[in-house]
Amino acid sequence: MVPLSWYLTLSAVLFALGIVGFLIKRNIITIFMSIELMLNAVNLSFVAFARYWSEHGLKLALSGHVFVFFVMVVAAAEAAVGLAIIISVFRTRETLNVDRVNLLKL
Amino acid sequence: MTDTNLNLWVIPVLPLIGAAINGLFGRRFKNGMVSFVALLFTAASFGWAVWAVWSAWPGGSITLPHVETIGTWITAGKFSAPFGFYLDQLSMVMVLVVTGIGFLIHIYSVGYMGHEGGYYRFFSYLNLFMFFMLTLVLANNYLLMFVGWEGVGLASYLLIGFYFLKDSAANAGKKAFIVNRIGDFAFLIGIFLLIQNFGTLNFDGVFNALGDSMKYPVETGSWGLLTVIALCLMVGATGKSAQIPLYVWLPDAMEGPTPVSALIHAATMVTAGIYMIARSNAIFSRAPNALGVVAVIGCLTAIFAATMGMAQTDIKRVLAYSTISQLGFMFMACGVAAYSAGIFHLMTHAFFKALLFLGAGSVIHAIGGEQDMRRMGGLRKKIPWTFAVMTIATIAIAGIPPLAGFFSKDEILAQTFFSEHGSRVLWAVGVITAAITSFYMFRLWYMTFYGEYKPERDLGDAHAAPAAAPGVTADHGHDHNGDHGHGGVHESPWVMLGPLVVLAIGSIVAGWVGMPAFLGGHNRFEHFLGPVMTSHIPAAAENAEGAGPETLREKHGLEAEKSREEWFLAGTSVFAALLGWFFAGLLYKQRPELPDRITAKIHGLYLMVLHKYYVDEGYGLLFVKPLLALSTVVFWKGIDQEVIDGMVNGAGTASKKIGNELRRMQSGNIRSYAAWVAVGGAVVIAYMVWLGVHK
Repeated sequence: MVPLSWYLTLSAVLFALGIVGFLIKRNIITIFMSIELMLNAVNLSFVAFARYWSEHGLKLALSGHVFVFFVMVVAAAEAAVGLAIIISVFRTRETLNVDRVNLLKL
Repeated sequence: MTDTNLNLWVIPVLPLIGAAINGLFGRRFKNGMVSFVALLFTAASFGWAVWAVWSAWPGGSITLPHVETIGTWITAGKFSAPFGFYLDQLSMVMVLVVTGIGFLIHIYSVGYMGHEGGYYRFFSYLNLFMFFMLTLVLANNYLLMFVGWEGVGLASYLLIGFYFLKDSAANAGKKAFIVNRIGDFAFLIGIFLLIQNFGTLNFDGVFNALGDSMKYPVETGSWGLLTVIALCLMVGATGKSAQIPLYVWLPDAMEGPTPVSALIHAATMVTAGIYMIARSNAIFSRAPNALGVVAVIGCLTAIFAATMGMAQTDIKRVLAYSTISQLGFMFMACGVAAYSAGIFHLMTHAFFKALLFLGAGSVIHAIGGEQDMRRMGGLRKKIPWTFAVMTIATIAIAGIPPLAGFFSKDEILAQTFFSEHGSRVLWAVGVITAAITSFYMFRLWYMTFYGEYKPERDLGDAHAAPAAAPGVTADHGHDHNGDHGHGGVHESPWVMLGPLVVLAIGSIVAGWVGMPAFLGGHNRFEHFLGPVMTSHIPAAAENAEGAGPETLREKHGLEAEKSREEWFLAGTSVFAALLGWFFAGLLYKQRPELPDRITAKIHGLYLMVLHKYYVDEGYGLLFVKPLLALSTVVFWKGIDQEVIDGMVNGAGTASKKIGNELRRMQSGNIRSYAAWVAVGGAVVIAYMVWLGVHK
């Protein structure tokens, strides 16, 4: 039996990797992937908790699973919108480097 | 209480309506219409006052004091101040004096101000003054009285500065306002003390509370609450009634048109302080120390101002100092608890001083705006009517029987002599002052009406009185009469002479109502006022307060001796008056070269008197300059500019600077935004972890 803390640690590591990738990468696609990574890290901790609670007396600890599906739906929608934005950005600026997407700067 | 409704509120409101009509629409009116409105409402007010006094005359069906409340004005907790009016013997006298003499002066102004610009403005202000003055004398509580008190100050300011294009007039107005404000401050403190300790400002309430002699004993030899209140009220009165140390505004107030000087700065407004003290006699009589201060201040003012009047050459300034001096007499009378005598002198003084001012106005009018007496002279043939009424007024103020001034002044001096609050020193100073009064008044009379008319006389001497500067001529705009020659001297029109004649009759007969017993009279005036002045007096002091020489005499059973003393006192004051006349005649008629020689001999003293003891300069050095410096350096440049402006500007600059720094966060770099989000998340998580650890 793998203890809960292992899942949580893995989830934290994945989330931290996502953050780091989000912060240090310049390519929008990579950043986008980092976001997905963070979402899935969270999903991992959701299912880990769901399983943990069902093993510890809660018969119907399904909220974790349900939330994971919600996150997946939102992530899918976000991917669709996000990729559309990325394509649009690439068409107008011919680059995917976020450092050059800075028109909102004062 | 309100057995008959006299609608007393109508008396002050009528002139207010007149002021409103003239003030709002007068610009479009013809002069005749303006005078009609102003005179109509003043006359109506006078008529109503006469009717009210007639209806409420003591002995009739109306019990005095008659109080009418038409509504509540202010309510705060237990304290409330009504719009109430109070008619008793004292306010009867005041109301009749104010409306009667006010009406005469309105008539006179029609002639005097006829050629002036701002005619409607003048009458609007004059009516406004009447409104406030009547509010002052009819109010049934100190707060409403204070409204009138401030209002007459405002009207006085407006009218002194009537020729506002002239700097000196504008400054004189400001000076009057500011000096009065000092006194008003003390008056306010007195009012606050009254509220705190009596919970009411109604005259009835306060005076009835004072009737409890256990709670409010006569504060002999101690400086208790009542003494403090009395002193505060007294300082207020010194401001309004131009007493030492706050008298300095009154001579400057002569910058206003002459009818204003007559109405406001001689007959009515300046007597408000006397009225207030007489009204508060229940407080003052329980505070002998305060009474002593009042008497000494009055006495000092009387002689101080009289000596200053001796050296003035501006006809109106002589009268101004004379007014201060006479007000000093009234103050002294109040200070020896002879309130009736003070009010008596107030009334007679209103007649002859208004007459003197109006007469002086007539003289000024006649010779084309000249105010310096050294350029007058020999006018008695040219303006006989003015000469006649001025003669009556001069004799009246000098205190020569049987004219009004004699009776009231003699009454004050006698009371000063006999009253247990009085003293012989005060009396002696009073007699000397009476002599000086007579001297400077006859000096004025001789300089104006006798000798040679010398309109072109060169006044090149270095120490010409400041007010006699050439600018004065512009004061009264009779430019059409610019030749200043003999042919130009003209008697005033009847619209001006009429009031003069009425006032002259008043100056003769007004004193007879107070004819003392030893001259075969009954001193009706004092008996008339008696209920006001004695009803609130504690039993312990009743033999002294408010009781005249007669009562004293009965008490002591020394009738014959008292009578002899009274004859002696009266004789002394008449002798003093005649002495003053004699010297004035000697110096200014028989031997006109003498004054110059005398002043040359005592040059230093003369200069000091001429410059009014340098009081204005002293005040300037002691108070005005330090205050100006303090205001400029500390309050303006220090607190206002540094602290307040600094705070306001600092808030602006600080937010600008902070914003400038925070602006850098908005780099436009998405990854830095993300970093901020990450940092924020980290902080939140750290905080939650910390919470978990510390549970």
